[in-house]
Amino acid sequence: MPQNFRLDKGGLINRNKKISFKFNGKIYFGYEGDTLASALIANGIHLVGRSFKYHRPRGFFGAGVDDPYAMVQLIRDSESIPNVRATEQELFEGLEAKSVNCWPNVNFDIGAINNFLNKFFPAGFYYKTFMWPRSFWYKVYEPIIRKAAGFGVVSTNHDQERYEHKYEYCDLLVTGSGPSGLASAYAAAKNGAKVILAEDKPRFGGSLLTSEVSIGNQSGQEWTENIITELKSMLNVTIKNRSQVFGYYDHNMLVMSERISDHLAKTNKYIPKQRLWYIRAKEVLISSGSIERPLIFGNNDTPGVMLSSAAKEYLKLYGVLVGKKPIVFTNNDSGYETAIEFKKNGIHPIVLDSRKNPNSEIINEAKNQNIDVKFSYVVVAAKGYKKVKSADIAKISEDKKKLGKIENIICDCICVSGFWTPTIHLASQSGNKTKFNENIDAFVPGQSKQNETVLGSAKGIFTLEETLRTSFEKGNELSKKITNKENIIPIPSVVEKKHSIHDKFWCVPLPDSKNYKRFLDFQNDVTVSDVELALREGYRSIEHVKRYTTLGMATDQGKTSNLNGLQLVSDVENKLVPQVGHTTFRPPYTSVSIGSIVGREIGKNSKPTRRSPMHSWHEKNNAVFVDAGIWLRPRYYKQGNEDLFEASKREAKNVRQNVGVCDVTTLGKIDIKGPDSAEFLNRVYTNAWLKLPIGKARYGVMLREDGIVMDDGTTTRISENHYHMTTTTAQAANVLSHLEYYLQLVWPELNVNVVSTTEQWAGAAIAGPKSRQVLQKLFPGLDVSKEGLPFMGYLEGNLFGVNAKIYRISFSGELAYEVNVESDNGNYMWEKIMEIGKEFNIQPYGTEALSTLRIEMGHVAGSELDGRTIPYDNSLEGLVSKKKDFIGKRSLSKISYVASDRQKVVGVVPLDKKTSIPEGSYIVKDPKVNLPIPKLGHISASCWSVEYDNPFSLAIIKDGKNMIGKKLFALSPLKNKIIPVEIVSSHYVDPKGERVRS
Amino acid sequence: MLHIKCPHCGLRSQNEFSYGGDATIKRPELNKEISDKDWDNFVYLRKSPRGKHLELWQHISGCRQWIKVERDTLTHEILKTLKANEEI
Repeated sequence: MPQNFRLDKGGLINRNKKISFKFNGKIYFGYEGDTLASALIANGIHLVGRSFKYHRPRGFFGAGVDDPYAMVQLIRDSESIPNVRATEQELFEGLEAKSVNCWPNVNFDIGAINNFLNKFFPAGFYYKTFMWPRSFWYKVYEPIIRKAAGFGVVSTNHDQERYEHKYEYCDLLVTGSGPSGLASAYAAAKNGAKVILAEDKPRFGGSLLTSEVSIGNQSGQEWTENIITELKSMLNVTIKNRSQVFGYYDHNMLVMSERISDHLAKTNKYIPKQRLWYIRAKEVLISSGSIERPLIFGNNDTPGVMLSSAAKEYLKLYGVLVGKKPIVFTNNDSGYETAIEFKKNGIHPIVLDSRKNPNSEIINEAKNQNIDVKFSYVVVAAKGYKKVKSADIAKISEDKKKLGKIENIICDCICVSGFWTPTIHLASQSGNKTKFNENIDAFVPGQSKQNETVLGSAKGIFTLEETLRTSFEKGNELSKKITNKENIIPIPSVVEKKHSIHDKFWCVPLPDSKNYKRFLDFQNDVTVSDVELALREGYRSIEHVKRYTTLGMATDQGKTSNLNGLQLVSDVENKLVPQVGHTTFRPPYTSVSIGSIVGREIGKNSKPTRRSPMHSWHEKNNAVFVDAGIWLRPRYYKQGNEDLFEASKREAKNVRQNVGVCDVTTLGKIDIKGPDSAEFLNRVYTNAWLKLPIGKARYGVMLREDGIVMDDGTTTRISENHYHMTTTTAQAANVLSHLEYYLQLVWPELNVNVVSTTEQWAGAAIAGPKSRQVLQKLFPGLDVSKEGLPFMGYLEGNLFGVNAKIYRISFSGELAYEVNVESDNGNYMWEKIMEIGKEFNIQPYGTEALSTLRIEMGHVAGSELDGRTIPYDNSLEGLVSKKKDFIGKRSLSKISYVASDRQKVVGVVPLDKKTSIPEGSYIVKDPKVNLPIPKLGHISASCWSVEYDNPFSLAIIKDGKNMIGKKLFALSPLKNKIIPVEIVSSHYVDPKGERVRS
Repeated sequence: MLHIKCPHCGLRSQNEFSYGGDATIKRPELNKEISDKDWDNFVYLRKSPRGKHLELWQHISGCRQWIKVERDTLTHEILKTLKANEEI
């Protein structure tokens, strides 16, 4: 298909490289350097999608991030990506894009009926229309609205692309490479500052690429190229194109999204698709430029109506005509630049200028080129449905209230210019108190909040001469402060055309008896009448108007609609714009993919994975792993076709009958040293610690100040002033911080040091009646008899050439030992244990068997010490000293904590001795009473007792002490189960604890 | 993300630290009588000021020291950082 709207020459595209792409199933051609938008316009395509609410035809309004509605669904490398702006997406070979928000297709969209039913879709229609009947919302209204609304479809496939994060520090971050960005970055770079220059577009230069100016005898483009080339050669400068700085956060932290591969057909292996930069800058130079404002008139959303700056950009960067019979409708001199550019390329535009009798160099030039210029003229309404076909125009009275006779003129595009809006988003996000500048009818940055300095047209400076001069100065001044070097650069002379003042006119009145839709917000389909309605209904705050009408929301963030919306509110309310104020600018400035925010932290990489030194042995021996915090622990070791239940039963049984070994490396370990260690432990734990002999371990419970159990574990006195503390796997980090808190802040007078040694020691628990025999063979020279190593005893030994520490402690309730060796020797130890234990039928056991063993023994663990229970609740009150003070003691005398019917841990057995009780089930007296059923407590842990071969659970229930022997019910609404149960002692097996002492 | 100057290590990003609450709270002395009300105030009651707030942070991914940070809760400005044993 011929590119009817492509000029024979001109633009910055590579005409030697033709690119084919598909849009809505049809194949078209463009050139390297095109955007999807410029290539479509070159092919005469102006209909890209349908609007959000009314499903009206939508085309192109801008040429970059300013475009509110040219969004497509992009197919790239078999991935389907929604919300892609056609004006930003660069063309690549094989690109495929589809229109969104239309069905069955963009040319014939059934949803467009909304356009004619618009009485039903006024402002706030969601709140008004779908409220009744209530039951209809989920079944009827919501599914229909979901189908009809929204742009694009999110892919349900796993995103295979790679995204990265990068942290960077710099002296100056410059956001935007237009004249102010280039000048300030260059001045700062010359002073030796570390500079990052970020440009959102593929090409550097901003407005210099499209404006007819000269800088020191060079064109804007040439000057840009020379500066960029020099900056690129400097080691202290990082230059990034396709990189949008989208958020300004606390303490001068800015976040930038770099699009590395979006413009390529496929992401190369090992190269990310996008990279998110976290940049901490000493100074931030905001050179984000300005966006042209639309003028508001009837049907101003018709495809073919676009910003005059965009029309100029399509011409100058891509050699593309947005139309062949253009109308330029302007209230300032910028529109003339576009008109002259048309004229240069053999097109005859008509300029409608709302001003009565303006006079300037550029207007004279337009007149000299025989451009048809009409003063005091406006476009009243665009005509045409899927594309502009003509325009109703009229003369307008001086007070801008009355229209003259309507004339219809044939045209195929209407280029509008309502003057310029500084892009103050980043400055506002920084906390800058913006102020209204009457001269340009827009908000500009005011007093800096953080280290932000705004330059050029983002600050409301619209002449190149002043922009360059002030930007060179600022770049020099700010970098000099940091580097203490000054390298004065002569400011180049500038030739540019002077502009006359703009017209404070932005909205064309409706002609008599016409009710055209006049759009303010093109992305969200908000019209002048919507805002008027919101105001009539009593919405006053601009923030409320925004939420009620959706003005300035979504990915557009009011880039083109914000000020016109404020103008309207100020007109209707008879207030000045600064009194209306503007809504809060929130990051991100443009859409950011979820993938880039997540970065590499997905799946297994979402957190670090810790593995014990014996991990590979477990893997080789068919361990099935489970996440324990960030550790991977064997849950069970699968033999044959066993499932979890069978395997864990076998493993637990073997511990009770023979001997088992369990990897306990994950337990937290803290080394405690210093002369005041005993006193410190005595304050940290609830029980007494001052008299623990050397070579002995003790079980201890520690509380938070509110009396809740924080953790439990054993601590062993290794020598006079040296202790070895163990914590639960889950609480290890919290316990260390807790100890450090008291040592550093509360009792700094205590001479104690603590350090984590969790990773320094590998641990194996050897448990079962035959464990002593295994231990004796592991340490032949050591007396590990009942007398030589009693319960809670500690010995150091030599395990076949490696140093080992032996603690006689037990979690399983059996005769048991924990052997620790230095981590590097962990696997060696494990293999020796397995080898020696073979004759005693040793088997490894995982966390599931470990749980079974501790549950049936009634040992409390994480599921009982759940951050809501005190020592009494866990039957640990025997460990609470009455004689001494300790952390949290004072809280234990709280009335609710000493209530006679206080909750307590109990054992629970189903009456049928068959039905397992789901964890989390409620314990209730009577399941048949009216809801809500009063609950006595809950099941905290369940297992299959290998000792008695029936289910057994632990529960924490009200007045547990007096519940033993009672028949109650376990109720699981989730699993839909009601199980009659009997309450028994939590010490189900070996209640006297004879085995551990054997 | 805040930028916190650890008095031991220098300027570091917030993600190296963990927050520890009001730094002006003094733990009652051990083995001393204390009323229910005073104890409850110590355990539970914290002010949530708008403006200056002296608070504790621990440099958990750094030197592991608890430090004091004077921060404006409204603007997030950090006015001062101190070692654990220093008073403002």
